[in-house]
Amino acid sequence: MSTERHEIKMFTPMTLGLLILIIAGAVSVYKRMTLGLGATTNLQDDFPWGFWIGFDVLGGVAMAAGGFVIASAVYLFNMKKYKPIARPAILTAFLGYLLAASGIFLDIGHPFRIWHPVVMWQIHSIMFIVAIHVVIYTTVLAMESSPMFFERIGLKGVQRFVEKIMMPIALFGTLLSTLHQSSLGAVYLIVPDKLHPLWYSSLLPFSFLVSAIMMGLSMVSFESILSSKFFKHKADMSILSGLARGSIVAIGFYFVLKIFILLSGPGLGAAFAGTMESRLYLLEMAVGVIVPLILLLLPSVRNSMGSIFLVNCFVIVGIVINRMNVSIFGLLRHAQERGVSYFPTGNEFMVTLFLVALGIFLFKFACKYFNVLSYGEVKN
Amino acid sequence: MGTNAIMEKTATDPAVRKMEASFLIDTTKCIGCRGCQISCKSWNQNGTDKTTAGPTLTNPPKLNSKTYTNIAFYESEHNGAITWNFSRNGCFHCKKPACASVCPVEALVKTPEGPVIYRADRCMGCRYCMLACPFNVPKYEWEKLSPSIQKCNFCYDRLLAGMIPACAKTCPTGTIQFSDSIEKNLTEAKKRIAENPGKYHNHIYGEKEAGGTSVLLLSAIPLDQIGHAKVGDQVLPDLTWKYISGIPAIIGVVLAAGIGSWVITRRMKNMDKEDEQ
Repeated sequence: MSTERHEIKMFTPMTLGLLILIIAGAVSVYKRMTLGLGATTNLQDDFPWGFWIGFDVLGGVAMAAGGFVIASAVYLFNMKKYKPIARPAILTAFLGYLLAASGIFLDIGHPFRIWHPVVMWQIHSIMFIVAIHVVIYTTVLAMESSPMFFERIGLKGVQRFVEKIMMPIALFGTLLSTLHQSSLGAVYLIVPDKLHPLWYSSLLPFSFLVSAIMMGLSMVSFESILSSKFFKHKADMSILSGLARGSIVAIGFYFVLKIFILLSGPGLGAAFAGTMESRLYLLEMAVGVIVPLILLLLPSVRNSMGSIFLVNCFVIVGIVINRMNVSIFGLLRHAQERGVSYFPTGNEFMVTLFLVALGIFLFKFACKYFNVLSYGEVKN
Repeated sequence: MGTNAIMEKTATDPAVRKMEASFLIDTTKCIGCRGCQISCKSWNQNGTDKTTAGPTLTNPPKLNSKTYTNIAFYESEHNGAITWNFSRNGCFHCKKPACASVCPVEALVKTPEGPVIYRADRCMGCRYCMLACPFNVPKYEWEKLSPSIQKCNFCYDRLLAGMIPACAKTCPTGTIQFSDSIEKNLTEAKKRIAENPGKYHNHIYGEKEAGGTSVLLLSAIPLDQIGHAKVGDQVLPDLTWKYISGIPAIIGVVLAAGIGSWVITRRMKNMDKEDEQ
């Protein structure tokens, strides 16, 4: 089984495309570091946070949720069936967090003071809570990923030791993720006068957590199917339908939560007001919640890899739209009242593309040189 | 003098310690001379901006990293006649400032004397303060490679040296009235509204906004018509503190649920195995 990774080819058109994006993006990163934020982004006084916070940080962290979802399924709920996808899920989470951390590094005005919160505690600040979690959880993810590294360099004893203490590590990781996913929603609790009422709610932390779990399940499934296509690694259909059943529960719960937030907040009418915000809200709900839920309730969809893949795409795109709505579109109205608008510069897009391409490249690299995809299957 | 040195000095001066710095800004007295803008720039050694003609005479058109305060010019119809309405923009120095509460490194702090000040050497540039401020006051040096937040500091250095802020000192019409007590200014504001029926819009901006601020504004017309954001009465840091103070409970629940499900699911698996045997 483990010979399979040697069949992954590193020199393919996909790798070449990724390398081109990485090189082109690196130029944009260099520009950001040498010319400053004002010259390379459209961020401004009345719109201080943009695409990097919305996509790289909020999106990246949500995409990484698969790591803690699968780690808790395997190590806390003893669902050994999912062990084969534990390594790719945790690796993706690790890369997702590196993406988010790199996004923060480039976004803040003083990148080389990124360590300040670690020593200058300010426990009233959500940003402090967020920063501490990024640091500790990235470390935990590195520990959770370490067995395949130790396995590769032949330290079997260390590998077995880390695997033995995986339950407490996974528990700690789940705790940190719960807090981190929800605290990213809590970041926006302080702007009741600025964020559009369709998204502002005291339940933002909870809705961020639940949607991250949805996103995590879909990402893991999405990735397994892609790996099966690109790396010729056979995806286990029973795992995919299991993830799909889990998604029904998560999406169903999220649907109820979002409807509750809508009805107890701005009311049903706000969603159909015909404004830009209401359209984006409906788009987010249709793409990320309603369509996937309806599709997943059909048994034929749950048993077809192609259909599951489609549903995964819907959920991932829908939740990314949600994060963009909260962090950008929901705040635009306030900015427009002050006479400004925001659309990212090409440079901002290129930096994000750089980070995403680098993440995919590193994932492929890891699959080639470490036993990521075929672990844990022998027992089945 | 660096702000850290200033903070150390405060501990030694009991008269300053008791102060609760406050402005009462009565915009009906303002003649739009912009003396406050100039003295503010002079005292804080803030450079000038290259500006262009806009639809109003407000210049610079907005607060920015080199402009801590400006006078906004609005024309409106008041009692049948066209009148100028001037308004002064700047930091409100909230009693419970959102900017200081969200700052992860305590770069922004509420001093005991009232001013909300900024310590550039701690700031990592996350700009959460800019997002959190309901009045959109903190500004950023976007053009710089080593940028800082810039905002009015209530002339904290002058206060500690026993002087009143530069803008209030310069104001020739008494529009900007400094007091060492918010309460005194509030009483004065209420008195002016009561004694001059029809002259003021019956609202003291800053009395309740964002839970109350150190700067109080009076005007002839509603303040949202002269560029001031509609801000709720909610103490903003309370909104996030509700979440943060719940974290210990979340930790307890997740740990209990995690350990519990581990124990239960493991026993269930073992029982299944025994059944098979």
